[in-house]
Amino acid sequence: MLRGRIVKDKMAQGLMCLLTILSILFVLVMAVGLYLKSAPVLEGRSFVSLITSSEWKPMKGEFGFLPFIVGSLWVTFLAILIAFPISLLTAIYLTEYARPKVRKLVFPALDILAALPSVIYGVWGMLVIVPWISSHVAPHFMDFSSGYTVLAAGIVLGVMVLPLLVSLFIEVFSSVPIELREASLALGATRWQTAKKVVLRKTLAGMLAATVLAVSRAMGETIAVLMVCGCVIGIPKGVLEPCYPIPALIANNYGEMLSMPLYESALMFAALILFAVVLVFNLLSRIILYRIERKEA
Amino acid sequence: MKVNKSKRIEETLFKVLMWVAMAVVFGFVISVIWTVFSRGAKAMSWDMITKLPGGGFYIGKEGGFLNAIVGSLYIVGASTLIGLLISIPVVFYLNVYLKKDSRLAYVARLAFDVLFGMPSIVYGAFGFSIMIYFGLRTSLLGGIIVITLLIIPIFIRSMDEATRNFPRDILDASFSLGATRWETLKVVVRQIAPGIATATLLSIGRAIGDAASVMFTAGYTDSIPTSLSQPAATLPLAVFFQLSSPIPEVQDRAYAAALVLTVIVLLLSIGGRFITNRFSKNKL
Amino acid sequence: MAIEVQNLNVHIKDNHILKNINLTLPEKQITCIIGPSGCGKSTLLRTLNRLIDGTEGVRLDGKVLVDGQDIIGSGPEITELRRRIGLVSQRPCPLPMSIFDNVAYGCRINKMHKRHKALIYAVQKNLKAVGLWDEVRGRVRTPAARLSIGQQQRLCLARSLAVEPQYILADEATSALDPISSKTVEDLFVSLKNDYTIIMVTHTLRQALRIADNVVFMYLGEVVESGPAQQVFHHPQQELTQKYLSGAFS
Repeated sequence: MLRGRIVKDKMAQGLMCLLTILSILFVLVMAVGLYLKSAPVLEGRSFVSLITSSEWKPMKGEFGFLPFIVGSLWVTFLAILIAFPISLLTAIYLTEYARPKVRKLVFPALDILAALPSVIYGVWGMLVIVPWISSHVAPHFMDFSSGYTVLAAGIVLGVMVLPLLVSLFIEVFSSVPIELREASLALGATRWQTAKKVVLRKTLAGMLAATVLAVSRAMGETIAVLMVCGCVIGIPKGVLEPCYPIPALIANNYGEMLSMPLYESALMFAALILFAVVLVFNLLSRIILYRIERKEA
Repeated sequence: MKVNKSKRIEETLFKVLMWVAMAVVFGFVISVIWTVFSRGAKAMSWDMITKLPGGGFYIGKEGGFLNAIVGSLYIVGASTLIGLLISIPVVFYLNVYLKKDSRLAYVARLAFDVLFGMPSIVYGAFGFSIMIYFGLRTSLLGGIIVITLLIIPIFIRSMDEATRNFPRDILDASFSLGATRWETLKVVVRQIAPGIATATLLSIGRAIGDAASVMFTAGYTDSIPTSLSQPAATLPLAVFFQLSSPIPEVQDRAYAAALVLTVIVLLLSIGGRFITNRFSKNKL
Repeated sequence: MAIEVQNLNVHIKDNHILKNINLTLPEKQITCIIGPSGCGKSTLLRTLNRLIDGTEGVRLDGKVLVDGQDIIGSGPEITELRRRIGLVSQRPCPLPMSIFDNVAYGCRINKMHKRHKALIYAVQKNLKAVGLWDEVRGRVRTPAARLSIGQQQRLCLARSLAVEPQYILADEATSALDPISSKTVEDLFVSLKNDYTIIMVTHTLRQALRIADNVVFMYLGEVVESGPAQQVFHHPQQELTQKYLSGAFS
């Protein structure tokens, strides 16, 4: 009887251990799989030439990813530029000032933003942001713009990463001990001075990690961006031009990717780039955030 | 006194800026919700959610998007079940079998965080290439597999968080009664049930809203799939595809589908918050 | 130049923490607040510089006159009040910056010295005042967290002195220190009483016996007895005080 129970326990342990290790290995499997798939396009073309060329002619077998990479960078940069100050101020207010009542009001709002699917943001972008840019922003600078621009994608993405950034900032700020704040307040500092000179200073690394995490989230976002970015191949020269970020490229062309030689491989290469960037960014920022968490405990 | 003044002005200025930032957040929430509800309500009708696309649906004739609703439910239901079956043992293993400073637990948590951050388009692309490798075509099964992979990290992360605050005394109490760790699982599961429920709602929300991964793997169809090897429509793709049509009637259906999707996701989110609040109240 | 507490009541949520406190804390003397833990000593101290405001659900009634000005309510400028009342907490709490910046922090916050030279002079003066200057000379730009706990506590004292307060509150300021550092800090407080009014919460009766000019004995949120140290220690009027002093409860 006892033996049976122990055997059962050991078996369960083995099974669970296996499941855990398999899930870790999954990251590797993904990397290897994407690499193998993108190997054909890397044959005869150097990695550098692939990401620095802007010639995109799949029919002729020319794959230059520069326009897509630049498009991704533009959109991500703009999204962080919009989301960073808003989430920083919101997070400071929520950790340093807010009464529980205010928090009870703001958290559900952030919950909603976090829960809405990408495609809903796309709909919102098409119905609100794109027409707004087309009729109110662009006319100041040019004759005509459809509104499907870097700016539209940046705004939509910015709103999408807001809840993530706020919650990460709150987590990071909460790791600062109250005594430190009180030490500053007791010297006659205002709350803002305390936030600026003690809390922000103490959490620089954590804030950086949070931002990097938000960057990687923004880079991989697909459908919403696809719906508002314009999808014109070319290096955008300003925020009021259309662009074509990497995820949009993959999503838009999956249908025809089997019809042309190397096309599938090229798209998998694009996915591999995304995978690599997100992997590195996530590893870096998570390791920093773990350190902070451990110090707190 | 002059000194005080500049200090106070700075304080007030930034307080105002913070209020503005929060107002902007609320503004975004209201704008998105209002847009989806007002446009969706106009296009909404009973037919939309009870009928399949009829003949000529895509040129504006009658029909609804029941295919997408049912497709989404199939995929989400199956992958949530499988996801739970895989995640609970892993979370249990991380928290009960492994020690607090275990190297394996650290690496595993890191891996799940990385997987959590992976864009769904990468899952989609990877899943698609695997399916080609095995000679599978876009199908309900493909969608279920990819969505399962997508939500496992979400499950594990949020359940892990709920479990980590789990009082270890209860474990010790169970062990001291002579229970094996495996038998203790039941105790733990009962204790963290609210955490599991929240994690499940969160995962369902993510699963039902994800478009980029199912686009590659589940495909799209006008009928309700009757076997795992048939393609399946999903709600987000119903929004996405119909919105790219130039015909206003078809676009209207996209808005109606967007409304349905938003309502589902909002209900899940509210449910999650509710459980979390109840749970933390009981704890105190 | 004294602090006068009149009918002070403090509630935190539904708990009545301080009950009808009436006290006079005389200037340029050391007043020790003693009593078993949980009696409201720390709450009283945190009320004096309004650090209690950060506590959730707190309600203050009554009057606390600092130099004749009532500091309860939303009228007075709290940050200015806090500048005038320094705080040394139980655990030393260096800010995440260099030794120099720690001492200079309050001066900069309050824009006290227009010229950099004056700031450097002020930092030096206050580090000397706590006897830390010779120990950290040449490494004032290194992080304060590298100092020993005892040094950190003296640094915190120097930091408080740098904003030129008139009062110093100390919340069991020596309890986290080793005996030697503890003695150093204690001696510092004695030497400072010529210039500052010092209010100290202490956990050791011996310490109070050594340095207090006045003693306040609190129990369950009330002031049981207060007065000159000699009188309270040697001729306590209340039975409770007698019991506490004889170690009947702690």
